Amino acid sequence: MGVSVDEAVSTGPVRDHTPPTRRFGGRGRSVLEIALLTVLAVVMLFPVLWMIETSIKENRDVYAIPAKFFDFTVTLDHFKDVFVASGGRSALSVSFLNSVVVAGVSTALATVLGVPAAWAYSRFAVKAKKDQLFFILSTRFMPPVVVVIPIFLMYRQFGLIDTKLGLILIYTAFNVPFTIWMMKGFVDEVPAEYEDAAMLDGYTRLQAFWRFTLPLLLPGIAATAVFALIFSWNEFVFAIFLTSSDDVRTAPPAIAGLIGGTTVDWGLVAAASVVFALPVLVFAYLVRKHLVAGVTLGAVRR
Amino acid sequence: MAGIEVTALHKRYPDGTVAVEHVDLSIGDGELFVMLGPSGCGKTTTLRAIAGLERQTTGDIHIGDTLVNDLPPAERDIAMVFQFYALYPHLRTRDNLAFPLRAEGLPKAEVRERVDEAARLMRLGPLLNRRPRRLSGGEQQRVALARALVRRPRAFLMDEPLTNLDAELRADMRTEIKHLQGALGTTMVYVTHDQVEAMSLGHRIAILNKGRVEQIGTPLEVYDRPASLFCAAFIGSPPMNLIEVEVADGKLRSQGGLVLTPPPGLPRDRCLVAGVRPEALEVTEPGAERSVPARVVSAEWLGDEIIYVVDHGGQRDVRVRMPPTVRFAADAPVGLRHTGGTPAVYDVSTEELVA
Repeated sequence: MGVSVDEAVSTGPVRDHTPPTRRFGGRGRSVLEIALLTVLAVVMLFPVLWMIETSIKENRDVYAIPAKFFDFTVTLDHFKDVFVASGGRSALSVSFLNSVVVAGVSTALATVLGVPAAWAYSRFAVKAKKDQLFFILSTRFMPPVVVVIPIFLMYRQFGLIDTKLGLILIYTAFNVPFTIWMMKGFVDEVPAEYEDAAMLDGYTRLQAFWRFTLPLLLPGIAATAVFALIFSWNEFVFAIFLTSSDDVRTAPPAIAGLIGGTTVDWGLVAAASVVFALPVLVFAYLVRKHLVAGVTLGAVRR
Repeated sequence: MAGIEVTALHKRYPDGTVAVEHVDLSIGDGELFVMLGPSGCGKTTTLRAIAGLERQTTGDIHIGDTLVNDLPPAERDIAMVFQFYALYPHLRTRDNLAFPLRAEGLPKAEVRERVDEAARLMRLGPLLNRRPRRLSGGEQQRVALARALVRRPRAFLMDEPLTNLDAELRADMRTEIKHLQGALGTTMVYVTHDQVEAMSLGHRIAILNKGRVEQIGTPLEVYDRPASLFCAAFIGSPPMNLIEVEVADGKLRSQGGLVLTPPPGLPRDRCLVAGVRPEALEVTEPGAERSVPARVVSAEWLGDEIIYVVDHGGQRDVRVRMPPTVRFAADAPVGLRHTGGTPAVYDVSTEELVA
């Protein structure tokens, strides 16, 4: 999920608020800064721009040499092809639907499991709490690729290969530790006294959590869920190893599958990629404030 | 209203930390009882156990005649005020006050009546329609107090309620709480680490240290005869001078020659320390009557008084409280004279009061 997160928490607007340092002198530095940022922006954004352009070009313009930057006919045919095939829905649209289901359900599961766990770790004196939390975090230390083969073998035993349930379970497993850690920070920020006061007012501990702490945690939950959603949505390695049929496949392997035939319909690939990238951008935009809050968590005392 | 009995309270957390080693308290009906101690001494845990927010590992708690060990907080008929005021952020003052009553299921008319009464007592009229965010710290604490009042509980539990307020407001609220408790006559258990608060508020003070009660007594008892070296060092600002003494010819004699009247029943052949309050000593001109030689190390000019730190027989931290009119320069040779009565005497090895 690295790239998406970096985009979401882009330091651009934040940097504007920091007073310029005097090291290089005011004007000279800002010129240099703007120049470097421009170069960086062009390098970073050009592939995105090219993807968008390709998705709305006609096929002959896609392959035109020299490449056409501005002077081409705009068409939405590729986008139509993403969703509709001759005689019904396209295979890609099924993949997108699968992605929505898998990412949505795994995020919901991770949230439902992770938030109460985070609350418990924050509020109660648990035996060897630090060790437990470290152990939970440690499951995220290794790259997922490392465990693909064992998990593949395990899934084959349990009949989870090529099922959406299999993907949901593995994504949940990866998101729960993350949810616990991020939510624990948010729970720590909500004073435990609210729950104490509610308990003195006649509520049980769980009611106190549900009625008073949970509403205050909603922004944090939203931010955490978006991170989990982006991870599940973008995940490629497990998806390509553990699924094969068109009915089960999520969008990332499906889009990758478009490349590799005798001819590659680059227009379709680009359009599918745009459709794939949009939800993540929209979500990240909606909760951008909390994303920054999540990333800088603990840097500022309440 | 009811008294509170805490018997052999012990609290050990699952991670092995012992917050309360052994605490016995007998708090009278209508008493304002202060638990005083440094952070980590177990005072807050004891209070939370009384409230039912923590379950003690062993020991009994009675409120009135009821054994409350297994009762949830709501059924103990107590109200608690927290250091962080814990007003529900989404509710206006009026609803914050009404909340515990509605939770009890009281009829609307009575809720309104009780809220108005509490608001009048705490002078909250203009604040009733505001949310906590729009109240100052002092106002929030007044609302929190009112929120405790409306329940008409059998006892109030106060967990460092004034710590977050600035000094001036704190003094005002202190007076207000004392007055309120006196007027209502409700038992109040008040936890603080601030000795001034404890001395000015409490009918009785319990000094806690490392999960044990070091001393229980009225403010004057606690000040005059601290029960242990810990209490002696904790109460008073500056704290009591602890001067090593020997028993000789029926007198207590310090290394520097200061002679004190021994209390009766003093044990022999033990290492003893006399506790002498800074105001029980006097800095004089060198060679004055009944004085022993000393030297001024430094002086703190506090306006209404001067605290002299003097070197007396090698002990360089003897503090003496003097009126601001008596002035000696630093390093000046002076006399040191004991003007108080019989000092408290402690055994160095047990750290406890021996006579």
